[in-house]
Amino acid sequence: MLSWVALIVVLMIAGSFFASQQRARGVAQGDLAALHSRPAYHGAYTALWVAIAGFGVLVLGLLLSNIAIRSALFAAIPDSLGPLSQIERDLIVSDGVAIASGEVASRSDAAREAVGARYGTLMMVRNVGLALLTLGAAAFAYMRSSAQISLPFRARNRTEKIVQVLLMVSAAIAILTTIGIVASLLGQTLAFFSDIPITKFLFGTLWSPLSGVHSGSMDPDKVGAIPLFAGTLLITFIAMLVAVPVGLFAAIFLSDFASQRARSIIKPMLEILAGIPTVVYGFFAAITVAPFLRDTGAAVGLTISSESALAAGIVMGIMIIPFISSLSDDVINAVPQSLRDGSYGLGATKAETIRKVILPAALPGIVSAVLLGVSRAIGETMIVVMAAGQGANLTANPFEAVTTVTVQIVALITGDTEAATAAGPAFTLGFTLFCVTLIFNVIALRLVRKYQESYD
Amino acid sequence: MTEISMTPAPSIHTGEAAKARLKKRHNAEKRLRAYGIIAISLAALALMALLYNIFARAVNVRTEHYITIAADIAEDENDFLKVVKSAAKEAFPFASGRTQRRQVYGLFSDGAADDMRNAAGAGTLETGESVERRFLLSDDVDLYLRGTFGAPEERDAQGSLTVTEDGKKILLESTAADFNAAVGVVKAGLAAQAERLREEAGRQTAGVDALTTRLPSLEGPELEDTKAQIEGFQAKRAQLLAQADALDATVTAQDSGRMKLTNRMPSFFVRANGGILKLTEVSNTTALAKPLVPSDGTQTGAWSLFSLDRPETGRPVKDFQVALIENLRAKDRIEAVTNWRFFTSSDSTQPEIAGIYGALIGSMWTMLVTFSLAFPIGVMAAIYLEEFAPRNRWTDFIEVNINNLAAVPSIVFGLLGLAVFLHFFGVPRSSPLAGGLVLALMTLPTIIIASRASIRAVPPSIRSAALGLGASKVQTTFHHVLPLAMPGILTGTIIGMAQALGETAPLLMIGMVAFITAVPEGVTDSATVLPVQVFNWANASERAFDMRTAAAIAVLLGFLVVMNMLAIILRKRFERRW
Repeated sequence: MLSWVALIVVLMIAGSFFASQQRARGVAQGDLAALHSRPAYHGAYTALWVAIAGFGVLVLGLLLSNIAIRSALFAAIPDSLGPLSQIERDLIVSDGVAIASGEVASRSDAAREAVGARYGTLMMVRNVGLALLTLGAAAFAYMRSSAQISLPFRARNRTEKIVQVLLMVSAAIAILTTIGIVASLLGQTLAFFSDIPITKFLFGTLWSPLSGVHSGSMDPDKVGAIPLFAGTLLITFIAMLVAVPVGLFAAIFLSDFASQRARSIIKPMLEILAGIPTVVYGFFAAITVAPFLRDTGAAVGLTISSESALAAGIVMGIMIIPFISSLSDDVINAVPQSLRDGSYGLGATKAETIRKVILPAALPGIVSAVLLGVSRAIGETMIVVMAAGQGANLTANPFEAVTTVTVQIVALITGDTEAATAAGPAFTLGFTLFCVTLIFNVIALRLVRKYQESYD
Repeated sequence: MTEISMTPAPSIHTGEAAKARLKKRHNAEKRLRAYGIIAISLAALALMALLYNIFARAVNVRTEHYITIAADIAEDENDFLKVVKSAAKEAFPFASGRTQRRQVYGLFSDGAADDMRNAAGAGTLETGESVERRFLLSDDVDLYLRGTFGAPEERDAQGSLTVTEDGKKILLESTAADFNAAVGVVKAGLAAQAERLREEAGRQTAGVDALTTRLPSLEGPELEDTKAQIEGFQAKRAQLLAQADALDATVTAQDSGRMKLTNRMPSFFVRANGGILKLTEVSNTTALAKPLVPSDGTQTGAWSLFSLDRPETGRPVKDFQVALIENLRAKDRIEAVTNWRFFTSSDSTQPEIAGIYGALIGSMWTMLVTFSLAFPIGVMAAIYLEEFAPRNRWTDFIEVNINNLAAVPSIVFGLLGLAVFLHFFGVPRSSPLAGGLVLALMTLPTIIIASRASIRAVPPSIRSAALGLGASKVQTTFHHVLPLAMPGILTGTIIGMAQALGETAPLLMIGMVAFITAVPEGVTDSATVLPVQVFNWANASERAFDMRTAAAIAVLLGFLVVMNMLAIILRKRFERRW
């Protein structure tokens, strides 16, 4: 129903544009120059107000009413059931909603029927009310703004003002996103740390947060994230062992040795490598690289797990090669030609110039490329979810299966455990991940900026 | 006068040492170059290996296998599973016992009944008694026909065959040593068993040695216990060695009588008189066999053997099924048909009828939401930051934010979507709307950064000219700067959308990983998307999902290639260099 309302609002926007344009023409009585603004601006001014009012009320109303309905449904749970845990209340509400919308509920009883019935009426009221409110707001906006049309009305300036505000709001969405991320992660993280001491999380060596969780709350001794950090670092380290030398040498070759033709082949190849979705790399790691390593290991007498850190690390390294090579290529190319010419003029060979002049000059940029690569490797999810282990295992042996922060987040969120229980550790891990990658990124961006300034 | 001989001092540029130095320096240069070439070759090799692995698997999906048998289909039939069952019973009347009957039904896919149901719905189902009809085969049979479990090795028979019934079994006698290969297999099996026994005996010896070294330090009852243990080990060892010797004797004997072929050894079949038998006991010239497909009455005298290297216990297609399939294959009753089902059906637990249609539509809806949010907002943000924003701390903060958001791990965006869109705002779980919102936030930085670069590349002279003619700032931007920057903006947008199309991790967080067979009809229906479908199939245990995963990846890569080509064309054709 509400999608029809949205469609009507769109039609109203278009209609109000043409109507106001006509009206402005009518006001001008054939002498368009008498208008301050051209008729199209009068149309645009009205249409913008209709759009802001219509969609504003619709979106805002949807969001607020969803929140309100949710709390009303919790209130609709009969008191006769006695005190219930949050999980049970969640379940009753989601079952009630399922019953009302004709889907399959996990169980059906009087309480759920009551919640379902309540949901049905509330949705009905919400939809009708919101439809009327939205259309009313749009109509009101039209009447208000089209009444303003007159010869001296500065429609262009007003329209431009609105447009500028809209532009600013768009730019502010980036900030809203950051705030959203921090707020959503921080809320759960703080709630998690109110039950569990932060030191147990940061320095504990046993990770098994959901074992025994049904008997009550989480065991603080089982939420030590050290094995996850160690696993993440191990895989990241292997990935960088692959990506840094290959990416760096490839960048040096591309910028100083390759002919124009070779560049035109190699660069797109690296770009293809960069464009492949990570889930494809994950499939490749799980189905080709891991069995290959296991069989090779078995042939030479090594026991390599089929979920070894090595397989995930190597494939992650391959994924990061284009990242390192293109960033390094950029910074190597940005080293001024005069430095090269000076070095050649002193009789240095190309290799000596690269080693003694270009690399030192480009070093901050290369370091920042590596840091960005590390931050990517830490946050990478699909490769490790598909190719690394599930069980926490504190080891430095690359042939064994280890698990990572991202794997555990996915396991917790997509697992069978109630969302409310799993969210604590999952969001805390997510927040840790966010902070660590943020630090790496900030350092990397600072380095690049500082370096750029020194040659400008 | 003393004569001073004037030999020229060796120049530091031409002497031997100098030459050696120069050579060393040049070698260093060659080495660096070689490292570069090696690095690029490694990257190329990785890319080739990846693409080869995917496409070599994916091509298998181009066909699916059908069997043609007769079925009785009533005019108003609605239980098509029953039709398939009775047709199967009809076609293989000789299947006896529960196991064999189950194996017969196991040949057929549920898709066979689905096909009939669909045809009945479309009114194209041919009804009547004994209608010849193609039935879809199950995933395991399909894999067998592709040779996944090894192709049957045909062996021509040398001698002529005499068949005598020997109770339940059938005795085969050949005039030549046709069963040699089977005997060899049995002997190899026995030799391997003997080897294992010897290894076990070796472990007993090690145990004896270890205990013997401890003897001097022990006394009293402990000493007695250990001695008894040692004796036990020694006896065990003797027994094991004797068993191994006996096995070896059988292996080396010239004629060791008939030996048993177990189901842990390769399977041997005999084709004779239009039937198929399985060998159970073999000597060089005689064999006991179990009839799997009875003779059809022809008495040509021609016969042949075929074998499967993989033991029956190691493959899902059992010997009885192999016999049925090979019998029908020889009669041209099994055919491979182009597989359109993969593109027209949605997800299923059965690999042979699973397809990507639902995921494609889900991806389309999700991308629609992402584009309609990320593109306008991204472009507007870029315009603001480049053209309107005052240089102050607020603007700097926005910039830093955008740069950081571009590097935030995608899974964190998933958590944001879960907490804000799903839990707070109540957007339906696993819907394209939720997915599109999350992906839009993720793509936004890419689009903003690309759009800003493109807007910045428009020379100031354009702006000055427009402003000089009396255009307002907004008019200048929207009428002159934006159209000129559009190709670059679109290029960046397409690249951002390509990233979003391949993104998986954040969608797992908002429940798009659920098993969904329905095709979504709007942005609030439950849906899955192509990369998540890939992830789900890659996790499935059925082997036949492997090639489907690869094929889904191939489709996904195809879309990405098309999108990137579009971006390149846009850049080449419309982007102006100033």
